[in-house]
Amino acid sequence: MSVLEIKDLHVSVETDQGTTQILRGVNLTINEGEIHAIMGPNGSGKSTLAYTIAGHPKYHVESGTIQLDGEDVLAMTVDARARAGLFLAMQYPVEIPGVSVTNFLRTAKTAIDGTAPPIRTWIKDVRESMSRLRMDKSFAERNVNEGFSGGEKKRNEILQLELLRPKFAVLDETDSGLDVDALKIVSEGVNRAKENTGLGILLITHYTRILRYIKPDFVHVFVNGRIAEQGGPELADRLEDEGYDRYLVDTNVN
Amino acid sequence: MSVASAKLNPVSPAMPTAEQHGIKEHSDGRFGYVPVQTRSARFKSVNVADFAAVTGREAVWKFSPVARFTDLTAGELDGSVYDYSVTDAPGVTVDWVDRGDPRIGTAGLPEERASANAWTSFERALAITVTGEDEKVLTLTRENLGSAPRAAHTIIEARPFSHATVILQNSGDARITENVEIILGDSANLTVITVQEWNADAVQLASHFATIGRDARLKHIVVSLGGSIVRVNPAVHLAGSGSDTELLGLYFADAGQHLEQQVYVDHIAPHTRSRVTYKGALQGKAARTVWIGDVLIGPGASGTDSYEQNRNLVLSEGTRADSVPNLEIETGDILGAGHASATGRFDDEQLFYLQSRGITEDEARRLVVRGFLSEIVQKLGSKPLEDRLHAAIEAELAVSEGN
Repeated sequence: MSVLEIKDLHVSVETDQGTTQILRGVNLTINEGEIHAIMGPNGSGKSTLAYTIAGHPKYHVESGTIQLDGEDVLAMTVDARARAGLFLAMQYPVEIPGVSVTNFLRTAKTAIDGTAPPIRTWIKDVRESMSRLRMDKSFAERNVNEGFSGGEKKRNEILQLELLRPKFAVLDETDSGLDVDALKIVSEGVNRAKENTGLGILLITHYTRILRYIKPDFVHVFVNGRIAEQGGPELADRLEDEGYDRYLVDTNVN
Repeated sequence: MSVASAKLNPVSPAMPTAEQHGIKEHSDGRFGYVPVQTRSARFKSVNVADFAAVTGREAVWKFSPVARFTDLTAGELDGSVYDYSVTDAPGVTVDWVDRGDPRIGTAGLPEERASANAWTSFERALAITVTGEDEKVLTLTRENLGSAPRAAHTIIEARPFSHATVILQNSGDARITENVEIILGDSANLTVITVQEWNADAVQLASHFATIGRDARLKHIVVSLGGSIVRVNPAVHLAGSGSDTELLGLYFADAGQHLEQQVYVDHIAPHTRSRVTYKGALQGKAARTVWIGDVLIGPGASGTDSYEQNRNLVLSEGTRADSVPNLEIETGDILGAGHASATGRFDDEQLFYLQSRGITEDEARRLVVRGFLSEIVQKLGSKPLEDRLHAAIEAELAVSEGN
């Protein structure tokens, strides 16, 4: 069984004002097949955690470890992490002009698997995933994310999640900017991927809305760069009622 | 020449004239001198002796390494006929014609010394004449021009209602200065693709002049990959009402290469449309590219719709890309006119995105460059040529990775 283990993670970022400490000792263990929701106010470091796991060069790990089945993730390049089984669904996926979705998906699948996917089953897989995500066939020939609406970009992220079959996926505010129909379609995609591959999910969100459709096993409240409280799904209900104020007062006292 | 130029570029009422300012020429010199400002008012002549020796300070030469081709601007040129090969296309003829051919001089006239030197020196012109409404593709290949300085003159005439793609494929050695006249009759639909894949020390200075008849459409594409100095300057005169042009360019400069294009779109008639998109990549020490885009919307060109852009992708240190868009508008009644220019390095976020999907950094770079340039490749409309250019771009990238 796969496990993603984050221990005492401290991360900083360079800004115009100098070095800013963002993560201050994050501990988190995710097992295969589990869904962990990370919730927290803006600026608490949720996205930093997501990008640090994926290896974005902007974030500097000061101390701590991230291990995937005992392997040192922090020593891996960005692409090696993906090949090891990590996936990040981005909040703001970038446009790649001149690179078609078809070409991109095939290139990524080949990179992840180490061999090109058999053409007939691959085309069928892509077509079926796209139709389940209510993506028009024309998407395949469009350039990656170019001219996509916010909802289309998110669907394209989940399409990749389904096709690349990672062991662990980090979903960075995948719910943001989605209307309720799109939110349902995207959530169904995530649930389907979990059923099919049994992956572990780290679901990062500001709102409890998406938790109606994707049921977390654990909820962690992220405040000021570390986990302030954790519990089961009932914690999300409490946050829905009370908001984050309680935690913010606590940190100010610290 | 002044007669011909007046026909092409009617004097603009918006231009200040000496009379209008009450100024008269004095015997004491140039008191009445009104500076040339409008693009169409540049001096033109087919006689090389009418141009002063090139110094490199002239507007048309200031970005070019003029010392490296004085043989072409000031020397004697071999103007004789040369070897070429051509594919068959129904309704298209290719012949050598005399200097007295009535088409010569109808699409444009030299505005600088290399162009005039070629015009003075060529013995016969190679004429490609397109007829017939069915679409066809003709490829004309020049690969044995040799390394002695030479002049050439080419005419591409698309008769009214004709439809064709003409590919000018250039490779091998060359030291050439040349003029290409492109003449589109009413409602003709012509695509001209000039591909430069010269040997590494080749020098080419080319001026393309086009005049487009009523409701005719010219797609003109410059692809420059190989050669030491390659300068292809297309000037398109939208002379017929409703005429339309799309000018595309794709270039990839390696270490030491100088690739230049000065594009000029002259909106003369009403309801004309132009789109200019040039994209280039630069890689290696002293890789150099120049793009100048002049658009002139004349006083008679009401209803003009025009947009020009240049994008450069800088792949390594030590390169230089000059990008100069110019827009002159002499009528208020237009649909639109705009320009854009951007030169930048790799977008790190694009690379991160691709790498986060398991794609290695090298392959991610290749994808981004190929994607950047493929916007132009996709518009060539010839599948074999598209495939060949994709392969040529791959080869350019492979070479630079080896550096």
